[in-house]
Order: sequence, then structure tokens, then C-alpha cells
Amino acid sequence: MIDFILNNHHDMKNVVLKQRTHAESEAFPFAAPETGAPLDYGVIEDVVRDLYIRALQELPPDVLEALERAHDRESHPTARTILQTILRSVALSQENKLLICQDTGLPIFQVTVGGRFPFDGHRLKGALSEGARRATQEFPFRGSSMHPLTRENPQTSVGPGLPVVLWEFLPEADYLEILLVPKGSGSENMSGMALFTPADGLEALKKFVVDRVVLAGGKPCPPGILGVGIGGSFESVGILAKKAVCRPLGIRNADPLFAALEEELEEAVNRTGIGPMGLGGDTTVLGVNVEWSYTHITQNPIAVNYQCWAARRARARIWPDGRVEQGF
Amino acid sequence: MELHELQTPLDENAVRRLRAGDQVTLHGHVFGLRDKTHIEIFDRGQTPPVSFDGYPVLHTAPSLRKVGEKWEKVIIGTTTSMRMDRYVPDLIERYGVRAFIGKAGLSERSLEAMQRFGACYLAIVGGAAGLETLQIEEVEAVYWPHLHPEAIYQLRVSGLGPLIVAMDAHGESLYDVVRNRAQRNLSEIYRRWGIDKKIASQTAAYVPKEQPPHFRREKRGAVVKGTK
Repeated sequence: MIDFILNNHHDMKNVVLKQRTHAESEAFPFAAPETGAPLDYGVIEDVVRDLYIRALQELPPDVLEALERAHDRESHPTARTILQTILRSVALSQENKLLICQDTGLPIFQVTVGGRFPFDGHRLKGALSEGARRATQEFPFRGSSMHPLTRENPQTSVGPGLPVVLWEFLPEADYLEILLVPKGSGSENMSGMALFTPADGLEALKKFVVDRVVLAGGKPCPPGILGVGIGGSFESVGILAKKAVCRPLGIRNADPLFAALEEELEEAVNRTGIGPMGLGGDTTVLGVNVEWSYTHITQNPIAVNYQCWAARRARARIWPDGRVEQGF
Repeated sequence: MELHELQTPLDENAVRRLRAGDQVTLHGHVFGLRDKTHIEIFDRGQTPPVSFDGYPVLHTAPSLRKVGEKWEKVIIGTTTSMRMDRYVPDLIERYGVRAFIGKAGLSERSLEAMQRFGACYLAIVGGAAGLETLQIEEVEAVYWPHLHPEAIYQLRVSGLGPLIVAMDAHGESLYDVVRNRAQRNLSEIYRRWGIDKKIASQTAAYVPKEQPPHFRREKRGAVVKGTK
């Protein structure tokens, strides 16, 4: 066996890969406990394809309601016109089966894996990628992802390193939940992070958020959602900010300390007066969501991920017996 | 604040009558251009096969479906204008463009060109692509189709709007007004939070300022080489 590994590196790789093929992982002990039948990951691929199209066509109800509330209380006439136009456009998209925005975004998945779900990470990643590709080519809509140097666009929405998958694990759950956020670049480009020092304190973090919003102006298509990550390390603070964007409006952070910070930042950001599309007004963001983690004793990191008003999001919950629930 | 119904092509007088804060609805034709199209015209020196004289430019990369010889709309929306900013003065001066339809505005340099030659910036509601697609009656022509979705799109529009005159031909910019007010509001927010200016100096990572364009030309037209 050792000889085989040493002399046949290439073949060994193939052997390892082969172990993970469809047929063989069905024989692997990842079967749904209730039924004993293996889950067909082809179902997940279909769910993901439909999820991408639905995410591009429908605005989540919490976002729509927040936009309606913003319209009703807006005192600035230009801002009112803009918010009215947004609501009209969303309704027309629904009526005419059009996409909400032409920016079909990068596919960002937040996957919550239940502890009792028959989970095969390798096949799940494959299903997410294939589902996103099929949505793009079968609808068809504009593939918005490309090679960073050659700038070639295969019109698939996926490629090396894409889709982005953020993982969550829920020990007591039976299901697998897939949340898809097609993330537009107008807002993504206005995101930012900074590695402050402990001496800079909480003030530096708060200042960073409001400064970022003023700097961004109308570019991220305000009023949207501000996802803020606090703590962690260089890479994880950005993931926290993205997870904050994935959280529906109207749900505060479970920790009262961070819930209070969300409210404080929301109030401050809306007092900048940047307003809808950066043309002035009472509403600059529909909400601020903060996610946090522990950090290093010498660190004080923050990341702000901007999400536009077209804060599209679609969710599906898949049960081991193949049942699928749809949500936002 | 005035409401204007305008028919393209636009002449200088019509554009000079518009004031920042006014609202415009457009009828006629607009040309959709974006990143690659501008690079092709100005950085690669290709002459566009159609005249933009008197027409508005829309910053867009549409989703289209080609059915036989015809291009059908899937979804057409508007993108951030600042990426195309460095080409704006030349489009005004050399190609006679009278209006730019986009989101989030253009630079001081573009505003000066608008004032000098009589052009304006019309802010569309970004993301409201459903409405915009329905207001575009037809994709009449696609020039340089090999660049699709960043080709030149001749679009016939009916009632495109509401468009907000965000930068006018008199040097007035709503973005500047909002930004200046936001700076004053920021000072008040800092004061309430007890933040003094020291914080900015402590944090080498971040100093708030307007981001410069990625690339700025020293001399006007220097990039366009040996064509025309």
C-alpha cells in the first residue's frame, strides 16, 4: 500500500476522489435516520436553481415593508419620489415577471446544517454550484462573475472560488437550510474594513460606520442594510459583516449589548441625511445588523458590508425525506 | 422644483433650462454605454459607428436575449456612473453628449465640462430596473455586439423617468449639497459620541476622504492615440 502511494501519486489522488463519487457516497453511512433512504442531492440542485431565480424576482417582505415605512415618513420631496419609484418598480417587476435589478450579483450562500441531516459537504457544494450555473443559463440571465485578471465571463455565475458558501451548524435540527443572497456590486464596492487597536475603543468603530456611509453617498443604492462585523480576525470580520447582511430586518442581535449598538448606529446613520440614492432625505439605511465574535487582545477589527435597497434573499429548508419549505 | 418632459435629441438651450432638483421625463432615444465601451472608444481609439450628438448616455449593461436578428429585453438597469467618469468631458466636448443618466453622480471635472458645453447629469433610481425596462420600448440597435453586455445600445424610450437633475449646466450639484450637509451632521454626531479628531490620527488604517479616481490623465485627450 505504501509503495502504491509513493509510486503512484497521481493514481492515489484519483482513488481518493473516486471514493466521493455519487454511487459510492450513497453506500456511505450518510442516510436519513427516519427513512433510511439516502437523500438525492439532485433535489438540492433543483432547489438552488429555483432559489436563485426567485431571489432575483421577489423582494423579501421585511425589506418591502421597511421601504413602505420609509416612504410614509419621508419628509424630503425628492426622497419621497425616489422611494415611491422603488416601490412602483418592485410591483411592476412582480407583475411582469421581470428581475428586480439587472445586477444578478455574486451568489452568496449561507448554509445551516442540522446535526441530524444526512450531510455530505462535498456533494452539497457541487449542488450549490450546479444549481447557480443552471439558473443563469436556463433562465437565462446575465452571469455577473468573471476571471479577475483576464476579465473573461463564462456566463455561469460560478467559477473558481464561487459561489461563496458561509457555514452554520445547528446540532438539534433535522433539516438543511440554504439562504441565497445574490450580492450586487454597487453596494459591495462600498464595503470596507479596518483593523483598529484597543486604544481606539468603541468610538473608532462607531465613527468608521458613519464615515463609511457618508463616503459611499449614493453609490450603494441607499436606503439598504448595513451589515457590521465586530471582532474576530482579518478574514472572519468580513464574514461576520456578510452574515449580518443575511439577517432579516426587524430581528435584533440576541445580545442586548449589540442590539443597543445596532439601534444607536441606525439612528446616527440616518441622521447623516445622505438619503435615498444619495440625494438627501430622512432614510439612509433601512437597518443596521451587527454580528460579533471574540477577537485578539491586541485587536479591534470592524467590517462594514453594504447592501442596497434591493436586498434580495431567498431561503429553502430541505428535510431528509425530500420535503422543501420556501421562505426569505 | 420643475417637471420637464423632454424629447431627444436635446439642444443646448433645453439643457441649460434645467436646474438641480428638477425632474425630467425623457422620450426618444438614449445610448447605453459602460466600462468596456468607453475603453474601446477612448483607450483603444475606435470610432463609434453611430453619432451621440444631442443624445443622453445611459450607464447600463443590459441583459438581452437574441431572437433571430433581434435583441429582446430581459432586464435593463443602471449602474454606478463614477466608473465612467474620466470619459465624460470628452463625450461632451467631442461627441456632443447632452445628458448622462446614471446613479451616484460624477466628479467636479465632469461638472465643469457640463457647465462649459451645456450638459447635465440625470439621476435615475438605481435598482429600479423593472420600471426602467418597461419604459424602454425597444432595443433598436446593438453596435459592437462582440462587446455585449458592454456594447453600444440604441434604446427607444417612452417616458423614461422620473430622472432627477442632480448636476446641472450651471455648476450646481445636489451631491455636493448633500455631502456638505452630511459633513456638518457628522460633526454633530461625533460631538454627541464624545469623539474628537484624535481618533482619526490614531487610526492609520483609515482616514475618511473622497476616493480619487483610479486613473487621472494629465492632459486632455492624451490617451486617445492616432485614430479618428
